[in-house]
Amino acid sequence: MSTLHIIPLAPFLFAFLIPLFYKKFRHIHTGWFVLPLPLIIFIYLLQFLPLGGTAFQPVEVTVAWVASLGVDFTVYLDGLSLLFALLISGIGTLVVLYSIYYIANKRDEPLNNFYVYLLMFMGAMLGVVLSDNLIVLYVFWELTSLSSALLIGYWYHKERSRYGAQKSMLITVTGGFAMLAGFTLLYLMTGTFSVQEIIAMSDQIAASPYFVPAMILVLAGAFTKSAQFPFHIWLPDAMEAPTPVSAYLHSATMVKAGIYLVARLTPLFGGQAEWFWIVTGFGLLTLLWGSVSAVRQKDLKGILAFSTVSQLGLIMSLLGMGSAAFHYDVIDGESLYTVAILAAVFHLFNHATFKGSLFMVVGIIDHETGTRDIRKLGGLMAIMPVTFTISLIGVASMAGLPPFNGFLSKEIFFEGALNITTLDMFNVETLGFLIPVVAWIASVFTFVYSMMMFFQTFTGKHKPEELPKHAHEAPVGMLISPAVLGLMVIVFGLFPNMLAYTVIEPAMQSILPGLLGEGEQFYVNIYHWHGLNTELLMTMGVVLIGTALFLNFDKLQQTAFYLGERDPLNGAYDNGLTGLISGAQYVDGVQMTGKLRHYFTYMFVFLVAVLSYALIRTNAFAIDLANTAQISPYMFFIILALSLSTIAVPFMTKRVPAIILVGIIGFLVALIFVVIRAPDLALTQLLVETVMVVLFLLVFYHLPELRKESFKPVFKWSNLLISLSVGAVVTITGLSAHAFSHGHDISPISDYFVENAYALAGGENIVNVILVDFRGLDTLLEVFVLGIVALGVVVLIKYKASGREEV
Amino acid sequence: MKNTPIQLHVVTRIVAFIILIFSIFLFFAGHNNPGGGFIGGLMTASALVLLYLSFDLKTIKRVLPFDYAYVIGAGLLLATLTGVAGMFFGFPYLTQFFEYFQLPILGETELTTALPFDLGIYLVVVGFTLLVILTVAEDDS
Repeated sequence: MSTLHIIPLAPFLFAFLIPLFYKKFRHIHTGWFVLPLPLIIFIYLLQFLPLGGTAFQPVEVTVAWVASLGVDFTVYLDGLSLLFALLISGIGTLVVLYSIYYIANKRDEPLNNFYVYLLMFMGAMLGVVLSDNLIVLYVFWELTSLSSALLIGYWYHKERSRYGAQKSMLITVTGGFAMLAGFTLLYLMTGTFSVQEIIAMSDQIAASPYFVPAMILVLAGAFTKSAQFPFHIWLPDAMEAPTPVSAYLHSATMVKAGIYLVARLTPLFGGQAEWFWIVTGFGLLTLLWGSVSAVRQKDLKGILAFSTVSQLGLIMSLLGMGSAAFHYDVIDGESLYTVAILAAVFHLFNHATFKGSLFMVVGIIDHETGTRDIRKLGGLMAIMPVTFTISLIGVASMAGLPPFNGFLSKEIFFEGALNITTLDMFNVETLGFLIPVVAWIASVFTFVYSMMMFFQTFTGKHKPEELPKHAHEAPVGMLISPAVLGLMVIVFGLFPNMLAYTVIEPAMQSILPGLLGEGEQFYVNIYHWHGLNTELLMTMGVVLIGTALFLNFDKLQQTAFYLGERDPLNGAYDNGLTGLISGAQYVDGVQMTGKLRHYFTYMFVFLVAVLSYALIRTNAFAIDLANTAQISPYMFFIILALSLSTIAVPFMTKRVPAIILVGIIGFLVALIFVVIRAPDLALTQLLVETVMVVLFLLVFYHLPELRKESFKPVFKWSNLLISLSVGAVVTITGLSAHAFSHGHDISPISDYFVENAYALAGGENIVNVILVDFRGLDTLLEVFVLGIVALGVVVLIKYKASGREEV
Repeated sequence: MKNTPIQLHVVTRIVAFIILIFSIFLFFAGHNNPGGGFIGGLMTASALVLLYLSFDLKTIKRVLPFDYAYVIGAGLLLATLTGVAGMFFGFPYLTQFFEYFQLPILGETELTTALPFDLGIYLVVVGFTLLVILTVAEDDS
């Protein structure tokens, strides 16, 4: 356990204290107690930054977790994870500060819920970026989905909130599940869950038939999380969350988890044509779709949501383009292809700053005017001067105007897109020319929605009669966080090279490892004036066309394109969900008859089918009666009595004799255990039978009289057939297993336990040692099942429906 | 007034406690002899069920005011946390340890971390059995 392990766990542990703070210090806003934690994490992480211009040394610390399954809690801190961890903790601090002013400490406001979810998210997100083990990463990944859904549904009394929460949960968790399948395939190929070890083996596994399926499954996880087309539809609906949450999760951090995963796995999959085209293609499509859809929105948060979708697509496409670098084994530090990765890392950072501040500003506008509808807003420049200034900075950066940081990364983005067209691989010569074209068109729309958002809100006529509240400037506390982010936009816009070798280059090293020689570094130098080159001309084109489009905004407003607002893909989701539910209801109606005899039929037929399939498939039929154990004379009597009582059960016409017969069977089985000298089993069986008698007595009271039912002969005969085949298949399996083990040189698994029980676990009772030590995890999960069953019984009996409720 | 089965009461008072003591013996014997948390738990549960059967629900509820759902919860928590303890010393989850100690009265005794884990299982089994039986018993609809 090291300090680095505590970082992702600390928010979870801290979350336990939140309800306490909330209860004890009700008059103090709970956010003040939360604030120090991300700040401490942020300051602690700052010390890892390489300030002296030296290369960054990754840190790796391991704590064994489930070592026997290859699942260890390994923290791996390199340039990429450090960048993300700093963003998560840094923006987390600002968001918590902002939320203190945004969510008022009202009497019935469940602030404890809010901060517990937020801390849960923070810990999970830090866990995602810091774990080296894929399974641990997956666990944290799903926790981010869960906490995100909880935060979106924070105001759960609103129907839209619940819809948004469910949608985000369903889409991201489905993707996450596909990702888990991809991870499993990677494990099958490499035998390890460690990302770094898998990357080291990338050359060997590239030819495997599982390689491309694994890639696609992992990308499904990344694309759903990072809201890539066509999975982006959850993000606009996630805007129902409180604005601090939108700023934190849905623009700066969580939606970048997919970006992180793609960047992290670029060394593994990069250099493959499939990876290049899928990541670049979906990224560009998302970029275009998002920016065009953003223009149609009337809600400020809706604009920002689609803008986030499109910017995520931009970063994704850059990662795709940059992965081409792996096609060449050795490159120099100033290569053509690494420019795309540089732009991706730089824009990732820039986007977090300007989009974070814009979300907070929109939150302020919403908070102070009561609406986010751009048709109602207007003329706020004079009323909210500080908000106006911060917005100006954020919007200009988003539109890609100098001298802000968004301009710089957009220029490098154009450069990367232009570079790609000169490649002579992956069939780039056929469709490659589209890359800069799409990038340029999307940038025009980005410019248009930025203008729209800004001018509709702050200029024009102030319409106080349409606003639910009397508009005024926000309190200072609320303005601090967006102002800090806005300041960063300016500072890193003017002095981008402050980031060059502290943040950007180390992250590039982690995305493109092994390409440079020992001790070499990528060349990172970002500056504004490149001369009058193609990129600058493209930007000027964007500004010209964008302004022209915006000036004709009145005409645009009349078109059908503008009037529709919902994404057309939502229909597919809604219909899919309704179809899923009605389909499930149909299957349920057919299968769940409420009759135990049907359920037994399903189970037994399935058992027979699976066992006989396995036997036939492996050709395992064999009967060899040599080496069987001596059967004692008692055994014949016990077996005879057992068979007779079993056969007699179906012929009983009253319940009591049937129950007694079943009891006799149980005790006879216990007797068999005694004869074969298994005291533990015998004891357990006896006790279970005893307790069962009591249970039978209790249930008996509720049971109706056993009626003589008349069944069709077909039903009777098929039941007989099923029961006979179960008996036959089980017997054959047992006999075959015996014959098989003696024909081959297989040592039984029990030998290991016999030899090691005392030496390794200090116990002489092997059964117990297996239960509590060797197979402790199984036992633990079994008692969890017991607990769940107990809850189920209680719920079924105590809260049963009277038959009239709508279920 | 219904008849009070005095014989049953008297016998139960004695037998139930013999079973209880034996169940605790079984629980501790588990590491080296037949027994353990599961069997011990079942036997404790049957002793308690015997009490419930011969007396009535209300009387025993007054004597043993447990909510068995909490017993299950406590057991699960105990079993889960025993596994965590080893992690602080860098061992994988659920690593069990044992050592021999010289204790007063008991002499040389083996103490294992498997014991609290087993206690967790014991509690879950007791809680489960009684919760289910009592829930069914109390359902009079």
